[in-house]
Amino acid sequence: MDANSTTLTAEKGTSLWEDAWIKLRKNRLAIVGLGLLVFLCVISLLTPWIAPYGYEQQDLLMGATPPSAEHWLGTDVFGRDMLTRIMYGGRVSLMVGFIATAVALAIGVIYGAVAGYVGGRVDAVMMRLVDILYALPFMIFIILLMVVFGRNLLLLFFAIGAVEWLTMARIVRGQVMSLRKQEFVEAAHSLGLSQWIIIRRHIIPNTLGPVIVYTTLTIPSVMLLEAFLSFLGLGIQPPQSSWGLLINYGVETMEEYPWLLIFPGIALSLTLFALNFLGDGLRDALDPRTAKD
Amino acid sequence: MLRFALSRLLQAIPVLLVVITMTFLLVHSAPGGPFSADKAVPAEVLEALEAQYNLNQPLWQQYISYLGDVVRGDMGPSFKYPGRSVNELIYSGLGTTAELGFYAMLVAIFIGVIAGVTASMRPNTMQDYVPMTAAMIGICMPSFLLGPLLVLIFGIHLDWLPVSGWNQIPGDKILPAITLGTGYAAYIARLSRGGMLEVLSQDYIRTARAKGLSEFLIIGKHALRGGLIPVVAFLGPAFAGLLGGSFVVETIYQIPGLGRFYVQAAFNRDYTMILGTTVFFATLIIVFNLLSDMLAVWLNPKLRQQVRGE
Amino acid sequence: MKQSSLDARLSAITYARFTQNLRPLFVLALSLILISCGTSESNVEAGNRTGTLHWGNGTEPQSLDPHIATGVPEHHIIVALMEGLVHKDSKTLGPTPGVAESWTVSDDGTVYTFKLRDNARWSNGDVHNAHDFVWSWWRALQPALGNLYAYMYFPIVNAREYYEGEVTDFELVGVKALDDLTLQVTLDNPTPYFLQLLDHYSMFPVHQATLEKFGAPDERGTRWTYAGNMVGNGPFKLTSWEINRAIEVERNTFYWANDEVRLNKIVFYPTENTTTEERMFRAGQLHYTNGVPIDKVATYRDANDPALRVTPYLGTYFYRINVTVPHLQDKRVRRALGMTIDRKKITENVTKSGQIPAYAMTPPNTRGYYPPIDLSFDPEAARQLLAEAGYPNGEGFPVTEILYNTNEGHRKVAVAIQQMWREHLNIEVKLLNQEWKVYLDSESNGDYQISRAGWIGDYVDPNNFLDMFICNGGNNRTSWCNEEYDRLVLDVAPRAKTQEERMAIFTQAEKMLMDDLPVLPIYTYTTAHLVHPSMKNVADNIMDMQSYREIYLEGADD
Repeated sequence: MDANSTTLTAEKGTSLWEDAWIKLRKNRLAIVGLGLLVFLCVISLLTPWIAPYGYEQQDLLMGATPPSAEHWLGTDVFGRDMLTRIMYGGRVSLMVGFIATAVALAIGVIYGAVAGYVGGRVDAVMMRLVDILYALPFMIFIILLMVVFGRNLLLLFFAIGAVEWLTMARIVRGQVMSLRKQEFVEAAHSLGLSQWIIIRRHIIPNTLGPVIVYTTLTIPSVMLLEAFLSFLGLGIQPPQSSWGLLINYGVETMEEYPWLLIFPGIALSLTLFALNFLGDGLRDALDPRTAKD
Repeated sequence: MLRFALSRLLQAIPVLLVVITMTFLLVHSAPGGPFSADKAVPAEVLEALEAQYNLNQPLWQQYISYLGDVVRGDMGPSFKYPGRSVNELIYSGLGTTAELGFYAMLVAIFIGVIAGVTASMRPNTMQDYVPMTAAMIGICMPSFLLGPLLVLIFGIHLDWLPVSGWNQIPGDKILPAITLGTGYAAYIARLSRGGMLEVLSQDYIRTARAKGLSEFLIIGKHALRGGLIPVVAFLGPAFAGLLGGSFVVETIYQIPGLGRFYVQAAFNRDYTMILGTTVFFATLIIVFNLLSDMLAVWLNPKLRQQVRGE
Repeated sequence: MKQSSLDARLSAITYARFTQNLRPLFVLALSLILISCGTSESNVEAGNRTGTLHWGNGTEPQSLDPHIATGVPEHHIIVALMEGLVHKDSKTLGPTPGVAESWTVSDDGTVYTFKLRDNARWSNGDVHNAHDFVWSWWRALQPALGNLYAYMYFPIVNAREYYEGEVTDFELVGVKALDDLTLQVTLDNPTPYFLQLLDHYSMFPVHQATLEKFGAPDERGTRWTYAGNMVGNGPFKLTSWEINRAIEVERNTFYWANDEVRLNKIVFYPTENTTTEERMFRAGQLHYTNGVPIDKVATYRDANDPALRVTPYLGTYFYRINVTVPHLQDKRVRRALGMTIDRKKITENVTKSGQIPAYAMTPPNTRGYYPPIDLSFDPEAARQLLAEAGYPNGEGFPVTEILYNTNEGHRKVAVAIQQMWREHLNIEVKLLNQEWKVYLDSESNGDYQISRAGWIGDYVDPNNFLDMFICNGGNNRTSWCNEEYDRLVLDVAPRAKTQEERMAIFTQAEKMLMDDLPVLPIYTYTTAHLVHPSMKNVADNIMDMQSYREIYLEGADD
């Protein structure tokens, strides 16, 4: 539905998405963030082919050495190349971030959409459940889960996703509820379109805005959560590494081998910055109140 | 308002029941028991120990008797520390964690609100960019990175502040509170900036300015109340987050708080301690959420109407 | 558009006035912060003045009851609060008078008669005599108590039988108070290391009246060990115990050697995290640390910093092999594995704290005993053995798993060994780490193939290392069983007439063990501590035992 097609201006009509893209393009920080993110994703995907060394390759006699020509970012205490470790670590960190968030997204969107659309008592019960779960001390449960079931990557995704879906559900439900009352939905309904088609074609696309923003802002907190768990000894298991784990190792030898901390730290920070700036930019871009020009 | 509070408290009971049950099941399905030791434990000794702690009873029986005890306020004996009860351990750690959380929250609110309000006074200028960039850094820097850095700089190289402990050496509260509070200060800064910006663009503010009221009055009396609503709404999740974050900070600074007890208990399979701490934390979060919701209602007249109508 | 520029101008005016008002507040806040960061006396400085030792003690002690506690952090505190019949000399580790001022041993070496001092007192002034020991040892052997160190008592006649319930009358156990100040102990066999055992806290006496005040003697975990309740016979008494924060002990003026003690107070800190502990040391908060982070040992050593003390320790780091696993049953396979661990590389590049490569289970110079060496780093010979066993060049060798408890240090060693085996034998090895409790369960259930282990001696005698591996021994866990070995260790050695004869028998047994190789010794432990220069008379014996009677702080008023 093209909301602008009845205006009298000479502007070419644009959809909400095109508007958003124009606004976003003007936000330089967000575009830089987006570019950086794309770059990181590409590198992560190509890592097995472009990493300079194997990630298990070590040289005990060499130990930790500062950046040099053979090892651009230095080596760690086992003599493993840091650039390789950071690249593989990035794969894992980004994977945790994206997948755990995707889990939260999937559960939260469906749950919230159903609650919001059906409304009434079903909605009341569903949201009561969300309130109850909100009260649970989740850090405690995650720790307990990891301690009980071992440090399994899949479990990590599930545990983190299970924590983050609640807010997603709330946001989606709020959006859906306000949309449901709008005229275009009633119009579609009176035209005889089925519930399902209405949901699919009208409701969901219009909730995507806040959902995208929230998703972009959840990924960084998921990555930080993984780093916290690594600190407690419950995150990714070696020999796999993630940026969180690398930073934890680096902190311990901060004074002796600062490069072990600096480079993973920069990698993680840049990624988090990029995601946050992108998320902010998206939020501003998708907000109909901010002017295009 | 009173009915609101009461109904929320009543709802808390099934929540706690769910928490206890889930934790109980999780803890008892964990491999490795509380009495495994690196010296071989003779079978008879193991039996005697398990009998003393009722671990040889069927699971459902242990569950019921535990529930009975909890209702009476008795969380049972600690498995790891013979002779100490869970109540006693929670009590000893509680004061410390509460203090830590309080000071961290103070740091977060104080720094966050000032930064955010300052930024909102001159949007899109250096006065805005500097605090907001600092806030971004605060959000992206994990406490286990910030903590050791602060310790290295202020504790060791400058020798200004102690590097560990809580209430043991004067000044040892400063670094932990800052480490824990910084991340939340950053969020609060962003939230308060956003809230203030919205409020400051309203007509009644413009009117006040045109009338010549001092900026201090405008912000303090008129704008803050509305502008800080998002901050108040954030306090509930912030509190839960502080509790979780205290695990890490307490480990870095060797603070004898509840967070550290909990992590140790989980690794030691101290069943009763794990259960007790979980129940305790859940209760705290529920109470705090209730308080912050009540505060939000009080601040926002529209919500007050809604609540009265409930 | 016009409105926003109006806004801008209005806010600029009011803003200027606002910042003017704020300035004094800023100054006030800044000065408050600076004042609070005043310079105050550090723990070490204050401690040197008042005679208070600040000691980093590792993990929080589980219990201070000497018949329940297990563990080294507990040891450091318990020996401040209590004392046994004998006391180990901090240089020679030989027995010196403790509560007993002298003793005699019968000719056949089975009857020890101890004469106790007449000025022995408990910390509340009560008289302390031989009856206390009889009662305490009765209490320690009560099955319901769950004393994991009960085996220390087993050399005594009928002690094991009493503990296991075969004998019910304690009168039959070989300990008697002949009179108030004379204690007689009868052993099954002449046990040359018996006096060593007496210095272990599990054989310390406890104050009967205090225990009975707070519960039944065999009740586990009563409040008798709380500060204010606890009564002991050692140089200090417990004045404060705040869990996870600090334990404070102060001078016990009733201690018989109180005049020799130069410390007035000790504060024990539960420093689980070695990195934080090292920072505490540098900030002057501790005199003595429990350990040193591995990566910092090299820094201190390179700087020749006298604060670093690295000493050999009576313990062996080794791998257990589960000999029931099909492809590990062949002795040749195990020897091949043992011969391709480059122990030198591990101690120099991985553990880096002066550890000594170990080619036998018992550490060298255990009270004069040197184990036979039959193992060396020999990849050539190893490859041949592996081929003979049916896996030429590692072909067909199943993937083997090394289990270790979650710890970066253990992981580093395991990774290094994984690589060595891959390089020299061409076999694939997986690593599995489990959390401590889970790992313990897996090991005792035989749920592993190769597992990392460590054993610290409780007393200085090879028996402590070799009797781990008797058939079905609780500490064996490898399912290895050799009856001839059992006979040597359990029957023949205790009956030896001289120390030389005994050592020869042990040598024979150890040869057997090292030939079959159900365990792969890797290195002998060392301990590393950071010690403040003002702390004097710090001993460096292989049991890492300090004597609080000897330690003093420079600058303290005596």
